[in-house]
Amino acid sequence: MHATASSAGAPGFQRVYVWELPVRFYHWLNALCILVLTVTGFIIANPPAINTASEASFSYWFGTTRFIHFVTAYVFVFNFAFRIYWGFVGNQYADWKNFLPLRLAQFREVMSVLKVDILQSSNRPLLAVGHNALAYLTYFVMFLVFLFQVASGFAMYANMSDAWFPHLFTWMTPLFGGDAGLHFWHHLATWFFILFTLIHVYLVFYHDYVEGHGVLSSMAGGWKFLPSSALKSPDGKSWFGGAKAREADDKAGPVI
Amino acid sequence: METSIERAPSVDRDQTTIYEQLTARGVSRRDFLKFCGWMSACMGLGADGMAQIAEALETKKRIPVIWMHFQECTCCSESFIRSSHPIVADILLDKISLDYTETLMAPSGHQAEASLQDTIKKYHGEYLLCCEGSIPTAADGVYCCIGGKTAADIVREVAEGAKAVIAWGNCACSGCVQAAKPNPTSATPINKVITGKPIVNVQGCPPIAEVMAGVLVHLLTFDRIPQLDALGRPMAFYSRRVHDTCYRRPNYDAGLFVESFDDENARKGYCLYKVGCKGPTTYNSCGTIRWNGGVSFPIQSGHGCIGCSESNFWDAGPFYQRLSDFPGFGIETTADKVGLGLGAATIAGAAAHAVLTNIRKHHEIGEQPGESAAEAPPTPATDSHGKGGK
Ligand code: HEM
Ligand code: HEM
Ligand code: SF4
Repeated sequence: MHATASSAGAPGFQRVYVWELPVRFYHWLNALCILVLTVTGFIIANPPAINTASEASFSYWFGTTRFIHFVTAYVFVFNFAFRIYWGFVGNQYADWKNFLPLRLAQFREVMSVLKVDILQSSNRPLLAVGHNALAYLTYFVMFLVFLFQVASGFAMYANMSDAWFPHLFTWMTPLFGGDAGLHFWHHLATWFFILFTLIHVYLVFYHDYVEGHGVLSSMAGGWKFLPSSALKSPDGKSWFGGAKAREADDKAGPVI
Repeated sequence: METSIERAPSVDRDQTTIYEQLTARGVSRRDFLKFCGWMSACMGLGADGMAQIAEALETKKRIPVIWMHFQECTCCSESFIRSSHPIVADILLDKISLDYTETLMAPSGHQAEASLQDTIKKYHGEYLLCCEGSIPTAADGVYCCIGGKTAADIVREVAEGAKAVIAWGNCACSGCVQAAKPNPTSATPINKVITGKPIVNVQGCPPIAEVMAGVLVHLLTFDRIPQLDALGRPMAFYSRRVHDTCYRRPNYDAGLFVESFDDENARKGYCLYKVGCKGPTTYNSCGTIRWNGGVSFPIQSGHGCIGCSESNFWDAGPFYQRLSDFPGFGIETTADKVGLGLGAATIAGAAAHAVLTNIRKHHEIGEQPGESAAEAPPTPATDSHGKGGK
């Protein structure tokens, strides 16, 4: 799955195939779904004022907006479920274990990302082949909000549907004291995605700009370009990236 | 004291059926059957529902009822006795079945207490406990005492021998206005005070009279608790949202909304969604059964639904706004205002971070030694491009 190394140049960069097609497909379908869900969701929350002289029976645009929200919701859910599945069968960078900072090495990496990239109190270069540990953690938090959005959404949807799937989530309603609470929190969680996207897109550009490893285009083509020296440990094993490498890292004791 | 309770004339209350008592009071067979048909329609029963109800009322003995009042305004009783059908208020409860209720019974003081104790003993395990009002639990429950006992003690004592409990109205089901923040008396719904008894939450402030009657008739007819939703409300009346049965719904789907109460759209009868109608989140029968014998309901008179059959509807306000305010930031702080504020802060933070990056990391940004095209190593003849990826 690794790209063949480019010829040994001065900096010695290697093309690494990180994001397999299913991950990239998931990413862009997911981003599209979120865009559609946010826009239609806000229209549902506060529909624009329209003054027409026509009878209600001639138009159905608000119903259509809601319909688009619900159809997209289904696409979103299946796409999300697919990504979880891919966390079990995909490559080491897509592996589900990366998303939980359960290993010491992952936790340490979270701390150094904070130091190097966010607070910038350190300039030590930091290399991640997959996402960095903080990014994985952030995506994990976002997956939890996905779950909430799905559960609250389908709980609200259950009263408009006879299908069995939405009714799996009706237990949410009493937890939030009724439908009004669900609407409120579903609406509020939407802001989480907006804030996430602002920061996410900024940071992707930031990494691409500062590091020049092609992070930004990695979600399009799948490749990153990383210094070969940083990819292999002296014994030739893959040094960075993914749960397996981190396992080796753990055994080797503190590296950083 | 026994004689002071008004009784159906010359019939033994305990041994006769409701039908016998009704006819003894001059209700005709025709009116009785009309009542049964009307009830079964309200309850959404099938064609044989009417016969089932008629049979139950003809053959079953009355259920003794104790009707308690705690923290409440008696609007549930008011709603009930103003039902459009005389059998409901005047006869079914008031004259025949009610064994104890502070507001309608003749005895008072010690006599009332005695008749309550009588009923509890005599009909132990058989009577129905109907509760109007919430139970204050702060300061050991002193905020509501009757005859020297706290509401909590009374309701536990009476519930102990009850066959089932009906919680009337929003107070008994979820505490209503007295449980709104900051809930100074810790007003508590019945189902949080009583355990181990079947409890039916008949929600609303007040519930619709026909719904109240329907629940009682259901208990009489089928001898079991009606099917309840996740919040304990009978599905027959609370399984659909006001929004789903609202006659203004086509305007909602067409996106035709009232923008303010005195605009042209309001005169045209458009949907009240944007002026805060809670119909889309409220489960009740207002759109079908309506009020005062089907005359009207709030939305029909031009006011949005306030969601009175949902728990904490006072705190889910403002009534004229779709979503509630964001808690902890004072009034008129909506989730959107908070979100917009955070969004602006995020953009400002990212901009500041971008500036900081250009200062702190300027050595790493841009062309590095050995990276100019001129310094690139010669490309080997056979390139490996295109092999790695899919
Ligand atoms: C990232 C995903 C999602 C976002 C950003 C989103 C956003 C929103 C927003 C902003 C609203 C308006 C809430 C209000 O003010 O009442 C809404 C309503 C709603 N959403 Fe979502 N939503 C998402 C996913 C889902 C999913 C997975 C479902 C599942 C079916 C769903 C079902 C609903 C329903 C039923 C409503 C209420 C519509 C109505 O009032 O008629 N949403 N959504
Ligand atoms: C123009 C918009 C976007 C761009 C350019 C972009 C770019 C990227 C890139 C380059 C990565 C890989 C980062 C890395 O290697 O660490 C990534 C990952 C990710 N992005 Fe985005 N993204 C965008 C929008 C979004 C949106 C709207 C969402 C969802 C709200 C999103 C959710 C994610 C997730 C969940 C991952 C992790 C993917 C995985 O491991 O499955 N992205 N994005
Ligand atoms: S008036 Fe209220 S209940 Fe009726 S359609 Fe509009 S939002 Fe729904």
